[in-house]
Amino acid sequence: MSEPGRRDPPGRGLASRLIETYFRAAPVTVPIYAVLTAAAVGSLVILAVGSNPVDAYGALLSGAAGSPGAIAGTLARSTPYIIAALAVAFGFKAGLFNIGAEGQLLMGALAAAWVGSSPALAGLPAVAYLPLVLMAGAAGGLLWGGIPGVLKARTGAHEVIVTIMLNAIALGAVAWVVTSPDPVLLLDTTASVPHSRPMAASARLPELIAGSGLHLGFVVALALCAVVWFVLERTTLGFEIRTSGVSPNAARYAGMSVPRIIILVLAAAGALAGIGGAGEVSGGPNGYLTPGLLRNIGFDSIAIALLARANPFAIIPAALLWGGLLSGAPLMQLRADLSLDLVLIIQALIILFVAADAIVRFLFRVRRPKRDDELGEQAIFAKGWGV
Amino acid sequence: MALQSGADQPGADESRADEASPDVVLEARGITKRFPGVLANDTVDFALRRGQVHCLLGENGAGKSTLMNVVFGLYQPDAGELLVRGEPVRFRSSADAIAAGIGMVHQHFQLVPVMAVWENVVLGDELTRGPLLDRGAARARIAELSERYSLAIDPDAVVGELSVGAQQRVELLKALFRDADILILDEPTAVLTPQEVDGFFEIVRSLLDRGISVVFITHKLREVLAVADEVTVLRGGKAVGRADPRTATQGSLATLMVGRDVSFEVDKAPAEPGAVVLRVVDLTVADDRGVPTVSGLELQVRAGEIFGVAGVEGNGQRELVEAITGIRPSVSGSVAIGGTDVTGWNPRRIADLGVGHVPEDRSKDGLVGPFSLADNLVLNRYHRAEFSRRFVVRRDAVRRNAERLVADFDVRTTGVDVPAGTLSGGNQQKLVIARELSADLSLLIVAQPTRGLDVGSIEFIHRQIVARRDEGVAVLLVSAELDEVLSLADRVGVLYRGRFAEVLDREEATRRRCGMLMGGADQHAEEVA
Amino acid sequence: MLLAMVDLPAQDKPTRPPRTPRRGFTRLSRLQTIGVAYLLLGVTLVVQVAGALDPAQVVFLFGLGDGVPQVGVQPAAFTLGTGLLFVLAGVVALGERWTGRYAGVALLVATVLFVPLVLVTSLALSAAGTMNVVPLMGESLRVGTPVALGALAGLYAERSGVVNIGIEGMMLAGAGVGFVVYAVLGAAGGWPLYVSVVVAVAVGGLMAALHALLSVTFRTDQIVSGVAINLLAIGLTSFLRREVLLPLGIGGGSTLPTIEIPLLADLPLVGRSLFVGKPIYFTMFLIFALTQVVLFRSAWGLRVRSVGENPHAAETLGIDVVKTRYQAVIVGGLLAGLAGAWFTLETVGTFDNLITNGKGFIALAALIFGKWRPWSAFGGAVLFGFAEALGRRIQLLDVSVGGFPVPSQFLQVLPFVVTIVVLAGAIGRAIPPASVGVPFERSR
Repeated sequence: MSEPGRRDPPGRGLASRLIETYFRAAPVTVPIYAVLTAAAVGSLVILAVGSNPVDAYGALLSGAAGSPGAIAGTLARSTPYIIAALAVAFGFKAGLFNIGAEGQLLMGALAAAWVGSSPALAGLPAVAYLPLVLMAGAAGGLLWGGIPGVLKARTGAHEVIVTIMLNAIALGAVAWVVTSPDPVLLLDTTASVPHSRPMAASARLPELIAGSGLHLGFVVALALCAVVWFVLERTTLGFEIRTSGVSPNAARYAGMSVPRIIILVLAAAGALAGIGGAGEVSGGPNGYLTPGLLRNIGFDSIAIALLARANPFAIIPAALLWGGLLSGAPLMQLRADLSLDLVLIIQALIILFVAADAIVRFLFRVRRPKRDDELGEQAIFAKGWGV
Repeated sequence: MALQSGADQPGADESRADEASPDVVLEARGITKRFPGVLANDTVDFALRRGQVHCLLGENGAGKSTLMNVVFGLYQPDAGELLVRGEPVRFRSSADAIAAGIGMVHQHFQLVPVMAVWENVVLGDELTRGPLLDRGAARARIAELSERYSLAIDPDAVVGELSVGAQQRVELLKALFRDADILILDEPTAVLTPQEVDGFFEIVRSLLDRGISVVFITHKLREVLAVADEVTVLRGGKAVGRADPRTATQGSLATLMVGRDVSFEVDKAPAEPGAVVLRVVDLTVADDRGVPTVSGLELQVRAGEIFGVAGVEGNGQRELVEAITGIRPSVSGSVAIGGTDVTGWNPRRIADLGVGHVPEDRSKDGLVGPFSLADNLVLNRYHRAEFSRRFVVRRDAVRRNAERLVADFDVRTTGVDVPAGTLSGGNQQKLVIARELSADLSLLIVAQPTRGLDVGSIEFIHRQIVARRDEGVAVLLVSAELDEVLSLADRVGVLYRGRFAEVLDREEATRRRCGMLMGGADQHAEEVA
Repeated sequence: MLLAMVDLPAQDKPTRPPRTPRRGFTRLSRLQTIGVAYLLLGVTLVVQVAGALDPAQVVFLFGLGDGVPQVGVQPAAFTLGTGLLFVLAGVVALGERWTGRYAGVALLVATVLFVPLVLVTSLALSAAGTMNVVPLMGESLRVGTPVALGALAGLYAERSGVVNIGIEGMMLAGAGVGFVVYAVLGAAGGWPLYVSVVVAVAVGGLMAALHALLSVTFRTDQIVSGVAINLLAIGLTSFLRREVLLPLGIGGGSTLPTIEIPLLADLPLVGRSLFVGKPIYFTMFLIFALTQVVLFRSAWGLRVRSVGENPHAAETLGIDVVKTRYQAVIVGGLLAGLAGAWFTLETVGTFDNLITNGKGFIALAALIFGKWRPWSAFGGAVLFGFAEALGRRIQLLDVSVGGFPVPSQFLQVLPFVVTIVVLAGAIGRAIPPASVGVPFERSR
């Protein structure tokens, strides 16, 4: 029975209201606490290898946001993470665990690189070429996301394993297409280090601030956040997606086609990631694709989507944090003599504490909800094998 | 017959007639148990005497199962104490309770369906030979117990393949295997046919004869009078009274149980059936494993009548309902609604014909717990023009709809934005009823509409169903509670092994007749005919 | 096999006479879908491949030594025959309604033929004309060892009701930390080598304990917890490598010694290939046999299985569900750690970032392929081992298609492709333990 009046203290003083607010804010505060806890544990690691955590974090911070240039660098670094995390979060909302963003990014980038460097299209003006490149990226990602969708809906093959396998396959495929000397597919035969043919100038996303590395893709990413939020929260399709994510049974009983939603969501997530991949190859500093260009972006996006609790807008600050960690790391390495890989540990700790929010709630005395239902949809991520 | 190995306590040979020197084997004093927001047990006292059946009577949610879960060590009481054979005890887990000679048969069987009977029975108290399980010894012991209490259980059978009645006997075996001399039976008859209930009472009596004492949890007054030596009535978590079954009547017990005078009769006028709305011809449906659980079923439901489907659960009820509503594809046969053949249609199209469906598992299939009441109330019609423009949901319309329905159907809540999962069972069911009954209906399918609800909610829901009938809706009611079918239905079909053993007019459908059919009694005669 | 559950929306005509099969592609059952795949493949083999193959005979040898049995095969004829068989199997499967159980049998036969088909075609396309099958099998087993151990790691956890997607991380942590300890101890073989193996095993167990803490005690989503384990292992091992291993300047070290199983190693033909190997390889077989007994014949195994199927039932019988799950997950983690040691301490003798290369995930697929049963999971692991061994062999054989050499990337991804195909078309859909993935809440 929900009779909230019963539990509240009669006084309703400022203190009790503040405490109530503190608990209400849990969805926002708990991830922040998780980041703080991860930083604290990370400082133990720093101490263990004989460095000074204050120096290390200070260098990290100034490398990430110490100057306008650093900030622009962080924003640039965050761009693919925003889009890829959207792809993961979109899956979460449908109860699907899309670990395949890594491969979907690559396939999107591959399609974009191919279209963007195609001799047949050379000379196309940017207004036509740029959308074409992004759409090619979306198509590549859509294909790579659609496969696990169809397999899950038709045969029950679990999307987690299929997408992980497809990641490896995408890496192999891209490596082959981009570096194969015989037959030459997309290799730039003049390059000393193998990479794809360079994209046409009019197929490159323009920089927002000249020389900063921050390109139009960032704006695209922000726009996509809004689009995904609107689709999920305001449309009938979003209602279907969320319903089948929380309770496939209830969705089926309410006349929704869960297999259709599975295929649609994974394909759309793939398309999103594909746009992210296209943006990186077309907006990045080189304008060509190497097999290692997008390494780990897809995996890290899982952590970002978790940190943001699959909320499309919360993904933006979470991805900025990630981009900041990465773009600040070199300065930290320089000043505090610490390996770049420390950032990997901090990232892992963040996801650990986000995942196990019970630890954080205990540390910071945030009340656990009485029942999972009280959390509403925030509680929902993936569910076991879900067969 | 072999000597009972567990009868090491003195007085095991005392007979039931020997009530002059009753000694208390189990006593609960002032048990209090709180759950968040609910006081489930409020200083409850309770005493069980050796060789007796002590009935715990109360409606759903009165705290009967909570009390017994405390006794069995599954819950820790917030206050109060337990005494077993006069000794104070503190159970940290059910292992302690089992060691103290207490056995419990849960309302929802606690069995592992994919494992064999012997594995289920020895689990937690394994007989071993060296490091390995001693299967031979386990089977011998089970065979011996099974014979002594006439349980007729094959130790090597896979539990999931047994009938519900046999699964219940496996649960009994688990307790007997552990030499329990205090047995708690939680709503044991809910899954049995009336005739099986009689057989079950025979087994209970044979337990008593061997000195075992029984706590019998039920909300069925008839059973209390049939089997109890003593009765404790629980209401709202409190022990509100004791009754002597020799002098009590169903009426007096009901009043004690509910706290006011209640009539379990449903007021309704005679049906005025119209045209056939639902016509099912030669329908065969398979369950998830591919086994046909509905086979060659024929059914017609007319406008303005309630067709009640009686039968023990697992005889194809779920598959029948899911096939009619399009959720489950049928293997063969046809379903027509209002003259349109809807076989193979998807659930959405069928619902749009004016078919309401209250599924049997409301929390899993009928509602999305974390969603708000408002969203749940449009779960199957958010796509209609009323609630969406192009592809965008009209949130104000959804909200207004929710506010109206919550008021009309008396859903007790603090607002329409509250997650549905936080409501009580009765209010959750009212929510589903509100959604399904508020549509423009020609056919209403309700499955187990009042399972686990309190008397007030039951009365409300029954009235709503009858009201829809009186408006000319064809109603298909599926319920495992024979009493519910008999009190609501205008015609009764008894489902047995995937088809109707017989379809009876209400006047012909006596408890006895239905009970026989539910157990498959007339099956042979019908086949010959 | 009856009509498969089809949950796709019914789009066919509103009226439909009874007792007709449902139509359209979306209405194909699983077997029928696989049948279509075989039909297409068969036609391709007959029309495209058979004629294009070098008509020279290829020879398979079975064993090492003198006078080994050998089989000569005419590639074009063999491919033609297999192709026709595939077509037949496809037709039988498509006509599932009339052929009934033969549909499954036909597909099974076709699937079994896959292995010789791949061998024959790749040999025909290569410069070489002979291939020895026994060493190939031996290598499949060896390469399949970490996959098999990983599958067992998953088996224990999942049988107890905890999804374990962190096998990869547990392996990686075992491999990395084990080798770092070995390097610190000098990386010169001898007793430090065995100590390092023990460390690797223990680290796998520790990671598993963390997984249990998150998913059992804190009831975190088990898949999320597994992902966290994987990320942590990546961060931890690359950090250790950079901070400890590289400064030490030890690039590699000697690995576990090769041993011979007395008598068995002297068996004709197969002895040298199968019974000469390294300790973890042999231990793997022991552990499988042991697992079969422990899980299905011991009291603890009974408890683990019951906790994975119906934890509440187990609880009412006084079994400590939380403790049992911890035990099972940690036992699995120890095995994953051993699998990690296979990489660095038994096989390669050095540690590189991400050395486990997705084997943990393949192990998971093997487990599902094996329907959560030990020996079937072993079969799955060997299948993946075979795919990898075959890939290496093809590379050595210089196989070329259409004038171009088969790209090495293709061979590297072969096991991953096999995984997807197997998962999607696994013979009969696997049913996981009933409570796997469901956090258990103790009654209070």
